[in-house]
Amino acid sequence: MKRILGAMALLMSGTAMAHAEGELFLYNWGNYTSPEMIKKFEEKYGVKVTITDFDSNDTALAKVEAGASGFDLVVPSAGFVGIYAEKGLIQKLDLSKLPNHKNIAPEWMNVEWDPGREWSIPWQWGSTGMSVNVKDYSGDINTSDIFMNPPAELVGKINVIPEMGDVMALATMWAGGEVCSEDPAVMKKVRDALLAAKPKWMSMDYSTVEKMINHDYAATVDWNGSAMRARLGNPDVAYGYPKEGYGLWMDNVVLLADAKNVDNAYLFLDFIMEPENAAALSAFARYANGIAGSDAFMPEDMKAAPEIITPAEFADKGHFVTVCTGKALEYQTAIWTELQK
Amino acid sequence: MARARDFSVTELPGATLVSMLVFVALYAPILVLIVYSFNAGESVAVWGGLSLDWYRAAWANDQVKEATWVSLKVATGAAVLSTALATMAALGTTRRPAFRGQTFVYVMINQPLMVPEIVTAVALLLVTAAIKKATGYTGLGYLIVAHAAFCIPFAYLPIRARLEGMDLTLETAAADLYASRWQTFRRVTLPLLMPGILAGAMLAFVTSLDDVVITEFIKSPGQDTLPTYMLGQLRRAMKPDVNAISTLLLALTLVLLSAFFLLTRKRK
Amino acid sequence: MSPAEEAVRRENIKSAWQLSAPALLVLTVAAVGPLLIVLVYSFLTPGTHGNVEWVFSLEGWRGVLFDHDIFEDKLVLADGNLTIFWRSVKLSFITTVLTFIVGFPTAWFIATRSPASRAGWLFLITIPFWTNLLIRTFAINQIIRNEGVLNTLLLKAGLVSAPLQLTYTDTALLIGMVYVYLPLMVLPLFATIDRFDMRLLEAGYDLYASRWQVLRRVILPIIRPGIVAGSILVFVPCLGAYVTPRILGGGKNMMIGNFIELQFGQGKNWPLGAALSVTLLVIVTIALLVYVKAISGERKNG
Repeated sequence: MKRILGAMALLMSGTAMAHAEGELFLYNWGNYTSPEMIKKFEEKYGVKVTITDFDSNDTALAKVEAGASGFDLVVPSAGFVGIYAEKGLIQKLDLSKLPNHKNIAPEWMNVEWDPGREWSIPWQWGSTGMSVNVKDYSGDINTSDIFMNPPAELVGKINVIPEMGDVMALATMWAGGEVCSEDPAVMKKVRDALLAAKPKWMSMDYSTVEKMINHDYAATVDWNGSAMRARLGNPDVAYGYPKEGYGLWMDNVVLLADAKNVDNAYLFLDFIMEPENAAALSAFARYANGIAGSDAFMPEDMKAAPEIITPAEFADKGHFVTVCTGKALEYQTAIWTELQK
Repeated sequence: MARARDFSVTELPGATLVSMLVFVALYAPILVLIVYSFNAGESVAVWGGLSLDWYRAAWANDQVKEATWVSLKVATGAAVLSTALATMAALGTTRRPAFRGQTFVYVMINQPLMVPEIVTAVALLLVTAAIKKATGYTGLGYLIVAHAAFCIPFAYLPIRARLEGMDLTLETAAADLYASRWQTFRRVTLPLLMPGILAGAMLAFVTSLDDVVITEFIKSPGQDTLPTYMLGQLRRAMKPDVNAISTLLLALTLVLLSAFFLLTRKRK
Repeated sequence: MSPAEEAVRRENIKSAWQLSAPALLVLTVAAVGPLLIVLVYSFLTPGTHGNVEWVFSLEGWRGVLFDHDIFEDKLVLADGNLTIFWRSVKLSFITTVLTFIVGFPTAWFIATRSPASRAGWLFLITIPFWTNLLIRTFAINQIIRNEGVLNTLLLKAGLVSAPLQLTYTDTALLIGMVYVYLPLMVLPLFATIDRFDMRLLEAGYDLYASRWQVLRRVILPIIRPGIVAGSILVFVPCLGAYVTPRILGGGKNMMIGNFIELQFGQGKNWPLGAALSVTLLVIVTIALLVYVKAISGERKNG
């Protein structure tokens, strides 16, 4: 009996070795993929995962569209999934190969960019709101007034991330419009308010975590994961959900049409929908995932984090930041340019 | 020999002081980066105590190790290639009577300086994608050639500056002594030109090491360099593992250089 | 011209082309050639999600100089573009002058060391640049911030009574730019000073010239090629600078590099980005040719 088991073990390790030939090429945002989770996947399936970084949705799309990118899986933001599909760059998923597909949380199953989740698998999601140092400002922080019409205490100590889509979405909702508004009255209000507010800002920079911890900034437009990192380093930092409307985003994994390692890609997609692995992703990237049951495996400091678990009163104020086109985009680019000229 | 005597002649008032200050200023940020590589915290800017965590993290992080290795390979390849090409071009375009097309050559060589990187990057993306499709080759060759191209002016200009007005007498003398062209070049011109070539090669090397945008657009899977690895993190918090890697690189460079200088000194 | 002279001249030109050919080939493949694509793109229609549609259009070029006023349906002069362009030129110029002021004494210092130690000093100049630009820029920021090393030292020494607000000012930006571009000035200067015959100085002093006169009449004219090379290498890349303005200048104002990047990124207007870059290229090329002509003309007359 022992011998048979031994032989079986040998055989299985043999097949694992054969699998080790396998490769998988993942194209993702930098510092976004948990190395531990990747190691676990590699050991389980004997597939070597090569991660390559991109810095923006636009770069990733341009590269994939040019062809012969060599990647199997890409992680674009919600609004871009449809663009990839429309251009024929990704393939529809064979759900029978994804037994864990049922783990996708109900609220993330029938999303507007992919009803039924036939094209994309959730990676991480979050919101864009305000980080404020409550020692500097004790008023209401759940408002975009923090940067659109700054209170006196914060003037000269505010940062705005240099991200056109996110900032314009916040500003447009603040002015009473929809995310990709084409309404001239709304956009005029947006422009005038932004131009008036800019002299009261300190900078337009990305490195919000350090600067909030060090108290170089008193407030900043921020992503929720960064806000949480800042709070862990400095308890005075609080995250506000603008009641005029705040931005939501989700990054999703898609399978490229010209992927060479399709079988390994399916293994990986199914693997990350395992609640434990989804939680490992969140523990590293510090954002929420879209997988039901992952809460049990989440690190303690994230389970009750007000940045990650949206308070019920603000739940309906979040709007997805879609990719604007046409007239709406023209407004945004023109205002953004005028703002920074 | 003359130098020891006329030391005061070659001294410009304040030059030593200014250059010492320059060296201090150049190394101050480097010191900061070294200090933060021993940071216990998770950040490149918030001090959390002393630790070796990031050296351990860097060691365990295959992606950052691979990126360092790719960076060094590409920069070395690009520096060698561009310096060789730039030296030839400089010899071809300097110290000669003006010829038709000289301006054209000059503009061509300096062109990579004049276009923002993103523009070359987008254009190169289309070219390399087409070649990748046609040949199936996805190696480092694309990065090396692309880097070499924009490194050429950085190597060319110091070499040309050195060549311009370089004393012709020695070369003429060599020619008079029936030295072949190649001999004259190897024994006379090249040694005289060496400081320019060295300066050019160093500039090419550091220029290639720093490139982000072009690399970002034409890299194949697994070809992240240190800069693109960091660019990908820009929207998220930077981690000090890159500081640890940079510190190790600096230490390695200093050891190699010291060894090199000690050895050459002994031989003399 | 005698037939012999003519033959020598021909031979000369032939070898000039032969020597330049390999460099030109690489440049054609990886730099100039792809630019033709950009030129074509500037005459096309922007795609809905970036990229281009193959439909001829002059809209990209129109956008270089004129904006559609987004609120009133009329064309207005694109003063935003001009402001951004002008700021880039101004900052690049100041950076170039500052790097020369700091870089010349440094290059001189290195070139007057013993031949054996010169390479060592040169390496000392370049080694800081082996570390990544982003890391270096962050480190500079750490030094100049209000509670940073610089302000702590100044306060301790009693030189200032309150910390200097340097972060996110043009001063911070210039400090960073001078730091980043310094080797591009020092190395070409070194390469020309190094071949400088120091006996000329002796001659100068023997003729009772003052240090200033020697500097102006003897040294500067001879190292002029180095100055030309150095200032081109600093000024032109400075125009397209991207990372340093972002991090040290606070990113509130765009430089031309950021502006063009925007068009290829979130602005999704590749034709405008292409037209802007072709414009930049043409202007810089003309400026460069004028500059080089003026400098070499001066040398011939002087």
